[in-house]
Amino acid sequence: MSLRSPLSRVLGLGSAKDGTTHWWAQRVTAVALIPLTLWFLFSLLTLPSLDYETVRTWLSVPVSGFLGALLVAVLTYHSYLGTTVIVEDYVTSHGMKVLSLMVLKFLHVLAGGAGIFAILRVVFGFSRL
Amino acid sequence: MAEFFLPANSKVRRDGRLYKAPSGSTNVRVFKIYRFDPDAKENPRFDTYELDMDHCGPMVLDALIKIKNEIDSTLTFRRSCREGICGSCAMNIDGKNALACISACADVKHDITIYPLPHLPVIKDLVPDLTNFYAQYASIKPWLQTRTPPPPDTERLQSKEDQEKVDRPSACILCACCSTSCPSYWWNSDRYLGPAALLAAYRWIVDSRDEAAGERLDNLEDPFRLYRCHTIMNCTEACPKDLNPAKAIAEIKQMMVLRRH
Repeated sequence: MSLRSPLSRVLGLGSAKDGTTHWWAQRVTAVALIPLTLWFLFSLLTLPSLDYETVRTWLSVPVSGFLGALLVAVLTYHSYLGTTVIVEDYVTSHGMKVLSLMVLKFLHVLAGGAGIFAILRVVFGFSRL
Repeated sequence: MAEFFLPANSKVRRDGRLYKAPSGSTNVRVFKIYRFDPDAKENPRFDTYELDMDHCGPMVLDALIKIKNEIDSTLTFRRSCREGICGSCAMNIDGKNALACISACADVKHDITIYPLPHLPVIKDLVPDLTNFYAQYASIKPWLQTRTPPPPDTERLQSKEDQEKVDRPSACILCACCSTSCPSYWWNSDRYLGPAALLAAYRWIVDSRDEAAGERLDNLEDPFRLYRCHTIMNCTEACPKDLNPAKAIAEIKQMMVLRRH
């Protein structure tokens, strides 16, 4: 029970003075993903086969390895931005929201880091297990 | 988590009352209307009214008024102008938010189902609580803000082209059809301003006489107030005045980016 006025409730803690950064980054990464994804699909489809040696040879071309790592980075960042919005939309309890956002951030850094590390490992041929 | 199901005391009972059409009626339409009486301590229910359309006006509001006058005076709803300019009789008709006064019964092919506007607290029957909606409108300061003193001998002038920019957005009647059709507003209406308030904000941002566009954008620069809009565009679909809140919101977002680059 609170006698706070309706306007006071709406004004709440004021504007966060942010939101455009997130929104704009989501658009920019979406645009970047169009050529990157097309390149990736085109490359995979034109490879003679998908065995380890063929893919390694392909990724070892500097442009392929670089674009591959870039795709992983942009894709995970875009996914992080998008899933953040979903959590903000649907998780209403403040504690759960902060926890979910933190878990999301960790998961995306893990996924992006692992993806890029995997590409580096394939390209630079650390001891193959 | 967001609430996807109604609380137990909000579940709508299907065993409402049935009011038969008078015998000898030839042109009968069936109206199923959401009923909730806060004093009855009962769950809401659907009451069914059969109307002889040969003795009823063509619009849904005509039917509601006929029911209230002749069949069941306890039916409660807001209405005033009966010509789509006051916005009082906004309700959910056949699954769509609309003004009852300008919705023809003939446009619904089956039984006509009427709910209050979605996802608002219900005061009684078809009357929702719009307190938060109006407070959101007030929060965007819907009045002219200037620093230039008014000219001593004339009004603040506006060119025809500049007037055209605010002409359509000014036609909003605050019926709440748009905001209450927006899923993002359903989940986060405590922090997301919703299409109606954002359209109003846009109306003042683009007004050539207003000198507070920057402050207005500052106040909208927020992950929830503005950016809960996910371009679902139900608002534009729902607007009974054919306005375009979705486009106004998109243009506000563009202005946010424009002033950064």
